[in-house]
Amino acid sequence: MIVRILGEGQYDVADESLDELNRLDSAVEAAVDADDDAAFAPALGALLDGVRSVGTAHDVDSLDPSDLILPPADASIAEVRELLTDEGLIPG
Amino acid sequence: MSIMKRMSLIFRSKANTALDKAEDPRETLDYSYQRQLDLLTKVRRGVADVATSRKRVELQVNQLEQQATKLQGQAEKALGMDREDLAREALTRKSGLQQQIADLKTQHAQLQGEEEKLTLAQQRLQAKVESFRTRKETIKATYTAAEAQTKIGEAMSGIGEEMGDVGMAMQRAEDKTAAMQARAGAIDELLASGALDDASQPGGGDDISRELDAMSSTSDVEAELARMKGLSAPEQPAAIEGQPAGGDILAEEPQSQTQARPAGEQS
Repeated sequence: MIVRILGEGQYDVADESLDELNRLDSAVEAAVDADDDAAFAPALGALLDGVRSVGTAHDVDSLDPSDLILPPADASIAEVRELLTDEGLIPG
Repeated sequence: MSIMKRMSLIFRSKANTALDKAEDPRETLDYSYQRQLDLLTKVRRGVADVATSRKRVELQVNQLEQQATKLQGQAEKALGMDREDLAREALTRKSGLQQQIADLKTQHAQLQGEEEKLTLAQQRLQAKVESFRTRKETIKATYTAAEAQTKIGEAMSGIGEEMGDVGMAMQRAEDKTAAMQARAGAIDELLASGALDDASQPGGGDDISRELDAMSSTSDVEAELARMKGLSAPEQPAAIEGQPAGGDILAEEPQSQTQARPAGEQS
């Protein structure tokens, strides 16, 4: 499946790796739910590192949509919340 | 997989609604392509804007560094004239400048990071837009309007997602740059007015951090004074030896002046 890290691009990730990524994703979600800034940054970092290490870069000129989309590495909890609402993703 | 799933769903639905506009699906292709070119232009401009901000900060760092060098020179001169009070003042101002320089260098690194990210975003979008153009021509040439629908849907969702991503990267870069622009503007004004001689920080912190800053500047100053005294002490005899004739007469006047002045200032 194809995973996009916003601001970075798309990665091909094998389905077998999803369990591991799911585990890392739960930590991110827990930090967002608890509004825990201290836990959030390392949790997001670990999730993105996980995608980068198990995945390979997807063809840059392909027009394939991603199966999953992740926030940029330097995102804050507030920005992730914003991404999860209906505000401001698509330009102009 | 909640965060990833939720974000993907929302992102995709927004990308689709933003692009799905025209009646004839093949018109949608052209319409979308135009939007892609517009976005590409905006991103190029964004890269140029960030580069301009970065260069502006570079220029400011250079100017502040010149100013610091000048103050250093003044301090050495003042100490050579046995005016430790003036030397201390110059070094205190220099220490204030050095904090500004350190702040600016941090900003510079951030701007450089944004510039690199935007440049990469531009390259990614460029590759996808070119690929979309090829696909668009094929679809328009090969398929009837009805048949084209599916093919178009595939091409559109991929490019829509990329456009959303790039648009967001641009927004983030703009936000960060705008905050720095405001500070850079303030420093430009300070430089223009010559007020940077005054080491007071614009909008600088609470009482405690100011006091801590003052303590560290003081110790910086003391350390530097000590170092300079060590340096300039052996030079003094050499300077006197340089003008042996009439040394007695010349020595008397400045001495009485330097003795009188600090006493007058202290009272």
